[in-house]
Amino acid sequence: MIVARLALRPLLWGLATRRLLLALALALVPLLLLSGHTLAQASGQPPTPGFSTHSAQRTQPQVLQSPVDRRRSGFSFMSPATQALQQDDAQNPAMLWVGDGLRAWREPAGRGGNRCADCHGNPNTSMRGVAARYPAWDAALARPVSLAHRINLCRERHQQAPARAADHEELLGLEAMIALRSRGLPIEPVTDPRLQPAREQGQALFSTRIGQIALSCADCHERHAGARLGGSPIPEGHPTAYPIFRLQWQSLGSLTRRLQGCFTGVRADSPEPFGEIMSALQVFLRDRAAGMPHEGPGVRP
Amino acid sequence: MRIRTLIDVPPKARPGELITIRATISHPMETGYRRDSGGTLLARDIIRTFSCRFGDKTFFRSDLFPAVSANPYLSFHYRAQVSGELTFIWSGDRGFEHRERVALIVE
Repeated sequence: MIVARLALRPLLWGLATRRLLLALALALVPLLLLSGHTLAQASGQPPTPGFSTHSAQRTQPQVLQSPVDRRRSGFSFMSPATQALQQDDAQNPAMLWVGDGLRAWREPAGRGGNRCADCHGNPNTSMRGVAARYPAWDAALARPVSLAHRINLCRERHQQAPARAADHEELLGLEAMIALRSRGLPIEPVTDPRLQPAREQGQALFSTRIGQIALSCADCHERHAGARLGGSPIPEGHPTAYPIFRLQWQSLGSLTRRLQGCFTGVRADSPEPFGEIMSALQVFLRDRAAGMPHEGPGVRP
Repeated sequence: MRIRTLIDVPPKARPGELITIRATISHPMETGYRRDSGGTLLARDIIRTFSCRFGDKTFFRSDLFPAVSANPYLSFHYRAQVSGELTFIWSGDRGFEHRERVALIVE
């Protein structure tokens, strides 16, 4: 087990380093184009778009020609029919929950009788980009919490309403409604230093073999991503579209529920839905998917 | 659980235009073949029929079966001639019936 962990660490480091290099190269592209343009103008030649004589281009031409992020969202593994289901809001079943979320947003709840709207106003502005940056730090608990957990904490602290169970219909409705307000925005990397320990804990969990079947997340979602398990493609495990309407569930569900499915799949005990382990894993997974567009609420097979 | 629907009707149609109408309803569509964790057979609970009316006239009707997935989605066409009201009716097991009304504007 320890050997396996050690063997996987460089793999993860390698991934992080590659991504850093890619980001640097991407940042250089406009600079190079600009310098090429001015050079050509100075020498009286017509500027050639997208071409420069800079030496960096000769060493890394493939980066300049197609700055490709090699990470793949689960979306790209789906059949065209399932992709169409996600892309058309009139067909996407998750939109049924979005309407519920909007209603819950405007309705008073708990003994306080406060509505979400009383503090947060119009979700179109106040919730824009929120889903793209969760899990986030909670000062009172002194640890990161998922978006659903935050909604629950808001219920308890500001509405004096009882917390809902994980994947309660009302939580899912609010989560879906909030997720929709981040659609297309890039998932934000973890920059809050307070989240760093959780991110590292999550990273360690990701490559730790667990359960009777003794598999780590990385065994499937990094080593065998793109291969098939029981006829279904194994995605890379980027949580880009949560909450998802999963065809297998015939219902909307959270990232927590999806992770629980993987824990059960390798015959391990599932951690607490709103517990420390679950949130650490989610912090790492979101950081791993940083920069990918947020698709939620999405559809998955 | 509260019943939710998603209905997609074009905001406006020209006279004689063939419009596409799409409707989704939240429904578990329990097949009647599944068992719960205790082994008890779960009773069938599905939508049996769907129909869509323009005014009093039914112009689209469909039967649904246990093999239809949860939250059934239906897409169909209607040739719009005059403005009026579309009525969507879903009915099924356990006395289930749900109606939604949507205005159709033709000009």
